[in-house]
Amino acid sequence: MSKEKKEETEEGALIKISPKLLDLLREFGEIELEDVEIEAEELEIWVPAVTAVAPPAAAPPRIVPAKPVEVMRAEFKPPIQTYQGRIVEVKLGATRSEGGTREKVIKVGGEAAPAFYLFEENPPNPPVISADVFDMEVPLPKAIKMHVQEVIGDPAAWAKLAVDKFGADLVTVHLVSTDPLRRDAPPSEAAKTIENVLQAVKVPIIVGGSGDPKKDAEVFKRAAEVAHGERVMLSSVTLDMAEAGLLGDIAKAAKEHGHVVLAFTAIDLNQAKELNRKLYDYLPRDSIIMDLTTAALGYGLEYSFTVHERARLAALAGDPELQHPTSSGTTNAWAAREAWLKLGSEWEPRELRGPLWETITALTLLLAGVDMFMMMHPAAIHTVKEVIGNLYKRGGAKPEGISDWVSIKI
Amino acid sequence: MSASEARKGVREISPLDVYTLLPRTNCGKCGESNCMAFATKLVNREVALELCNPLIEEDKYKSQYAKLRDLLAPPIKEVVIGVGEGAVKVGGKLVMYRHELTYTNPTPIAIDITDEMLEDEMLKRLEKINGLAYTYIGRTIRLDMVAIRSTSNDPAKFKSVVQKVASVTKLPLILCTFNPDIMRAGLEVVYDRRPLIYAATEHNWRQMADLALMYNCPLAVFAPNNIGLLKSLTNTLLEYGVEGLLMDPGTFPEEGIADTLTNFTMIRRSACKFGDNLLGFPLIGVPMTAWSIKDAPKEVLHWKEACLAAMLIVRYADLLIMHSLEGWALLPNLILRANIYTDPRKPVAVEPGLRVFGSPDENSPVLVTSNYALTFFTVQSDIESAGISCYLIVVDSEGYAVESAVAGRKMTAQTIADALKSSGVEGKVRHRLLIIPGLAARLSGEIEEITGWKVLVGPRDSSFIQAFLKENWPPKSS
Repeated sequence: MSKEKKEETEEGALIKISPKLLDLLREFGEIELEDVEIEAEELEIWVPAVTAVAPPAAAPPRIVPAKPVEVMRAEFKPPIQTYQGRIVEVKLGATRSEGGTREKVIKVGGEAAPAFYLFEENPPNPPVISADVFDMEVPLPKAIKMHVQEVIGDPAAWAKLAVDKFGADLVTVHLVSTDPLRRDAPPSEAAKTIENVLQAVKVPIIVGGSGDPKKDAEVFKRAAEVAHGERVMLSSVTLDMAEAGLLGDIAKAAKEHGHVVLAFTAIDLNQAKELNRKLYDYLPRDSIIMDLTTAALGYGLEYSFTVHERARLAALAGDPELQHPTSSGTTNAWAAREAWLKLGSEWEPRELRGPLWETITALTLLLAGVDMFMMMHPAAIHTVKEVIGNLYKRGGAKPEGISDWVSIKI
Repeated sequence: MSASEARKGVREISPLDVYTLLPRTNCGKCGESNCMAFATKLVNREVALELCNPLIEEDKYKSQYAKLRDLLAPPIKEVVIGVGEGAVKVGGKLVMYRHELTYTNPTPIAIDITDEMLEDEMLKRLEKINGLAYTYIGRTIRLDMVAIRSTSNDPAKFKSVVQKVASVTKLPLILCTFNPDIMRAGLEVVYDRRPLIYAATEHNWRQMADLALMYNCPLAVFAPNNIGLLKSLTNTLLEYGVEGLLMDPGTFPEEGIADTLTNFTMIRRSACKFGDNLLGFPLIGVPMTAWSIKDAPKEVLHWKEACLAAMLIVRYADLLIMHSLEGWALLPNLILRANIYTDPRKPVAVEPGLRVFGSPDENSPVLVTSNYALTFFTVQSDIESAGISCYLIVVDSEGYAVESAVAGRKMTAQTIADALKSSGVEGKVRHRLLIIPGLAARLSGEIEEITGWKVLVGPRDSSFIQAFLKENWPPKSS
């Protein structure tokens, strides 16, 4: 850095010394403010940030420094911060000794640093992937359909395929057949489906509704009963349900039968907090996971990314109402036409573009702090799992492997 | 030294900090009614300091101008690569998190060329780099730069390829070699294009610094997985007089991802939150190191490179050097970059209201969509390219896409009914049929109840509007 530059910075540092209140008021006397409307309140807010103007320091004669001939060592210390808050840990599934029949339980959350700030901590629980399973035929992109063709209409077989072949950590059974606008299947039928899936797989499961608040309330209550003790997650509960007076019953059922709920809000942290507050009346904090909405890459992913990043930073800064693990409906990535539409030869094959679309939607949110991903394409599931595994391998960089990347022959 | 002292974070500057240093004459030459208003806009990065004429022109404000420039300087230095219209600005980041203000200078993506490629192959590659384009929200997104690597280790060969590439593309160039003699050979023929010199290392920094000074070109510093060394090198090079620096802490694929992201994150936080000026330079990510993975099929390497690139776009890379030219692998990252660099202060929405396409008459269809800009532009382009004459009601969904707008109750039967009414389309068509997006199907019953119009549930994606209308319009019953 040139000498002149240094002078400037040092002078700058002088100016930045926080002024005492009296100095501050004196400064105000010198500033013309007549054309500016400033409310008294605003002034109060500004006070701590105001700087005093220091008299310009006399510049010493400029010495041209000799150019360095050796590397001038500078020390680096990892920029470690401390946080007031911590994300609560939520357990999904229950073993026989815990009152369920799962062979494996899953824990999410528990972080005390932003997502994968590995110089501060290794996340205590790796993010997990839940594969989407539907209880009836639904419109699916070809790239996905080809992998689940044989199990469509058989949720138990589908769940087994997702766990055994795709490597999913858990499964989400979407009871879309209960939708009044579709088959309007009765809650008893949905409950039967849940029982079948619980028998088919040993991992924890998530019970997905149809999106109709009233029907979901009935379905969730029945599902909660038949899955008593299994610690499933009911996906999802909303402020709409609260407005319709349905939330309490669902939350009570979750509590009574030992389950977790997924609190869904649409990219709005105030709503997320409001819904959590309503749920605290019925459920312990370790029984709530948040879905802050996942918009597809290209179709608003930046909103989802930022809402998750903000939620996590606010939680760590101490906001107890946001200290919950988060779940992402990553399959929404396929709502982007670029994930499945024929776009012209230079963008093909879409059979690769589509799952990459889902993968990158997931990776973006992984780095914003999402703890659980509901996904569909086996290649996307595989890649995200692999990346999560690699993110735990601190010290895995091999400088010799890339130090001459410039001349590698491909 | 003072450089490593914490300077005020960009977010902590108040309008009064800035106001104090302005002329305070309220002359209005900047277009604002007074200096305080101008100061507020400066702090929000909505105007350039240089709009204040007196500050720049009058001698008495010289030191205030210098102080203001220092005060408002981004924690990550902005470096220009290239010249004229084709130049790219790199870095210049004001904040660590996009929600703190906004990200500036979307990560340029450079694609590599080697000096051992057959000429045909090279020209084909350059043609593709120059030509790749995708229209997204009414904008064209493209690749940005060309990185020329010396794999031959032969100065003459490098020189001739650099010259050839420069004659074929106007894109800014990155010259890649750790050998100063080869670098000099390349610079001799393209220095006037102000290419990026990649890279100075612990071993060659003096010669590379001399080249950077002699040819007035920006210089990248490479210290794989060693931030202490990286910082020592920027420290040394600044002292040496080189100003336009970029940093590459190394991109490690596979089990190196953890260290890679940790390094990028530590560096960015040190610069933005801990005021470490020696780390306040643009970061270079090199996802093409994925191509060093052994024994993997090509598709897998394209895929892994794309995944690395995505994580680096999210985690603070200001420039990427990549190898894959496959559209399917590049497109998601081109879009991701556009998304992450969207200004979060501006809702991505278009004006709600009635839009008219072609020359519709009283029997033309009436369609509904959301006012999320991307949704609207997509629907618009599909309607236009199909040559359909129709009315389109753009509902104020607060900038949300249809699916999230319905889920989040930003688009309800009531908002659609209100939009229908205020559109005045009732007086323009004789029928009472409303075509709603397939993703809003669940609202159909309620819309019919409120409006008295019959609802036709349209396709889930607007690319099927043409096929849908062919099948369903004119309606059979009316």
